[in-house]
Amino acid sequence: MISLTVNGKAQQVDVEPDVPLLWVVRENLNLTGTKYGCGIAQCGSCTVHVDGSPVRACVTPISAVAGKKVTTIEGLSTMNDHPVQKAWIEVDVPQCGFCQSGQIMSAVALLNAKASPTDEDIDNAMSGNICRCGTYQRIRAAIHRAAALKGGRA
Amino acid sequence: MMTRRTLLKGGLAAGAGLAIGFPLVRRAGAQTPGVFAPNQWLKIDRDGVVTIVNSVPEMGQGSLTTTTMIIADELDTALDKVKVEQAPANPGLYANPVTKAQSYGGSRGVRDHIEMWRKSAAAAREMLKQAAANEWGVPVDQVETEPDTVVHKPSGRKLPYGQLVDKAQALPVPQNPKLKTPDQFRYMGKMVKRRDTPDKVNGKAIYGMDVVLPGMLIASVERCPVNNGKVKSFDATATKQIKGVKDVVQVTNGVAVVADSFWTAVKGRRALKVQWDEGALAQVSTPMINREYEAASKQPGEVARNDGDAEKVLAAGKPIEAVYQVPFLEHACMEPMNGTAQVTDGGCTLWLPTQNPGGHQQLAARLVGVPVDKVTVHTTMLGGGFGRRGEADFVTDAVEVAKAMKGTPVKTMWTREDDITHGFYRPATYNVFRATLDGNGMPHAWSTRVVGPGILIQKGRAPAGTKVDPAAVEAVRNMPYDIPNLRIEWVNKDYGMPLGFWRSVGPSQNGFIIESFIDELAHAAKKDPVEYRKALLGKSPRHKAVLELVAQKSGWGSPLPAGRARGVGVVFSYGSYAATVAEVSVAPDGTPTVHKLVTGIDAGIAVNPDQVKAQMEGGAVYALTAVYYGAITLDKGRVVQSNFHDYQMLRINEMPVVEVHILDSGEAAGGLGEPGVPSVAPAVTNAIFVATGKRIRTLPIDRNALKRA
Repeated sequence: MISLTVNGKAQQVDVEPDVPLLWVVRENLNLTGTKYGCGIAQCGSCTVHVDGSPVRACVTPISAVAGKKVTTIEGLSTMNDHPVQKAWIEVDVPQCGFCQSGQIMSAVALLNAKASPTDEDIDNAMSGNICRCGTYQRIRAAIHRAAALKGGRA
Repeated sequence: MMTRRTLLKGGLAAGAGLAIGFPLVRRAGAQTPGVFAPNQWLKIDRDGVVTIVNSVPEMGQGSLTTTTMIIADELDTALDKVKVEQAPANPGLYANPVTKAQSYGGSRGVRDHIEMWRKSAAAAREMLKQAAANEWGVPVDQVETEPDTVVHKPSGRKLPYGQLVDKAQALPVPQNPKLKTPDQFRYMGKMVKRRDTPDKVNGKAIYGMDVVLPGMLIASVERCPVNNGKVKSFDATATKQIKGVKDVVQVTNGVAVVADSFWTAVKGRRALKVQWDEGALAQVSTPMINREYEAASKQPGEVARNDGDAEKVLAAGKPIEAVYQVPFLEHACMEPMNGTAQVTDGGCTLWLPTQNPGGHQQLAARLVGVPVDKVTVHTTMLGGGFGRRGEADFVTDAVEVAKAMKGTPVKTMWTREDDITHGFYRPATYNVFRATLDGNGMPHAWSTRVVGPGILIQKGRAPAGTKVDPAAVEAVRNMPYDIPNLRIEWVNKDYGMPLGFWRSVGPSQNGFIIESFIDELAHAAKKDPVEYRKALLGKSPRHKAVLELVAQKSGWGSPLPAGRARGVGVVFSYGSYAATVAEVSVAPDGTPTVHKLVTGIDAGIAVNPDQVKAQMEGGAVYALTAVYYGAITLDKGRVVQSNFHDYQMLRINEMPVVEVHILDSGEAAGGLGEPGVPSVAPAVTNAIFVATGKRIRTLPIDRNALKRA
């Protein structure tokens, strides 16, 4: 049994220690918002927060997060009103949307670290997340918008 | 932006097109009391709740929103209250009226359906108006509608749709309902937010991969490292010893490990010992293909087009010659292939991220051995489609595994590696160009010989006796430039590498080669590339108009910062005309940077302008990825690339500013998912030529060749 906290809730999972956090979240906890895209930390679709930092859940063994606090896309807000979610809706960022949970989790982490990111900051923080539909221009706009919303400059 | 004039023209064009035959049939099972269901596309209950059926799978193109806008507009209902259902597989009711198939490719969502949807909704609105007029005893031409309400203005009386349900349902369905005039549109032509965005920012949207059913198992199929290879024999002893592995079954595409989790299924695959019959493709490697393409290009091909006598004119002159090459490409949908199926005595139920619900229903019926109507297909959200999700393989996997595990629902999932190495690839081609110019520097003779495989011929989807694969020469055969002596040939060289429809298909590569070579001729003639093209587009006014639009919007000809240059391309595909001006620079180490893409699109009518822009932005990224990185190569039949580390995608730090300008021609609706792709690559490489003097004739770009010593 491995204990961890997911979206504020204590969980105990009975899995092998090498199983990636991604599959525990998706298959044991039925939180399917976190996506599998590559399995080798190349696409960022599986991005979640562990103790507040963004990690690629597809290469994070469950044993490495024992006792830690995990936040998935489902834990970001209860009313879909996190500033990043609001900005994403305002700009209509997603197309197919499959990568967007990961994009949003990376963006939230960026904004937590830097309230008003520059375009260069966005490039650095977001270049680990692939979007095959090509929504990058809108992601950039939405991050700037979220920064404004968060800073009360809406 | 959209103007009233355009909408009027577009509206009339859509309303007057009588070429498509479709009866306005009453919805099957429509006799439910208390439900007004004049056809398969909509229903209204006594509470006034409107439900619209969307037949076009949502793969990112915005069909959930656009379909709903079109129907809700003609019905005259409040868009924010409408419920939307995704159509089940039932081609009798939901097939595309043009292709007659419940399958979605070719950017056909809006353009093939808009007339039918508008008429279906307008018929419903007329019936509601008639029901109210009967109720009030007034002539129907005295009543009109507000959203969800019929109004009689002279008396001020109003009846909500919900109260008219039973009376409207009893009326005959008008076959030629009057459509709204564009000035009456509430939604079409205006920016409307996507309906699916809220659930795509909180993890609630359900893609194929996210399907969870009680008692469900997870499977993954070990496939032959060489495409088209077959299982000779296998030993699953070690696999079956792994805790959580439930079964191992042979299927058409390999050996499936069925387990209690994906991780276990993949572990089980690694423990398999499989003997493969690798098949003919195992003899094929990319250098060999390139050599043989080159050799084949020396031989005459099948003639796809022959105006005048290009061979004679070229033989008499000193032709400008060039060879263009493009590689195989894989779609790389963000969601790896998957499918969920449950086979029971009663039939088969599927949950699929599919572009082809009708075809996949038939496929499952054949595999399970049941009538088609015993197969239910639930279409989930698609994590990208791009032409990949119309193929049969991932559904074959899911159904065969579920059949072997009868009674148990099974989700069969691919790894990313499976996805890249077992795709349906955009054809690699080798293309030889020759042209001579007349005294004014304009092309007098032009010859193109395309060497490569044909998608439609390989798939058996070309009519018997087809000598020139239509997809192979699309955007070459119908190139728009007015040239007196023009010869297009195609040489079929097919090694059996599985081929597929990659976003914009033939034009994705042929737009690049044609728009590059015309640019070479413009530079050879020392003429401006935009003016040169315009002079040759006398017979193609829509090409010319969209070209002029991007030239004007990009400030074509105006000064740029040092080191930057512009290039242009214009390509017709899927009913739409698109052009791009690219602004690029190239670093001393050969790294190209695309700073800006100014794109123009004439798709006749822009139903949802913001999503037209989104498709153009996305098309540009798809194209740029291929320009920078895209290459699938073969080594003894094995696809060398396997994941995003060696099959790279454009990332946000490489994203140019993309400006989209909509040209409102008012012509019939064109496609949008694909037309944004083809003009981007040539615009970029033509700009690189201006910036560096180096002509890119092979994709992806070889950065070493652009290095400055």
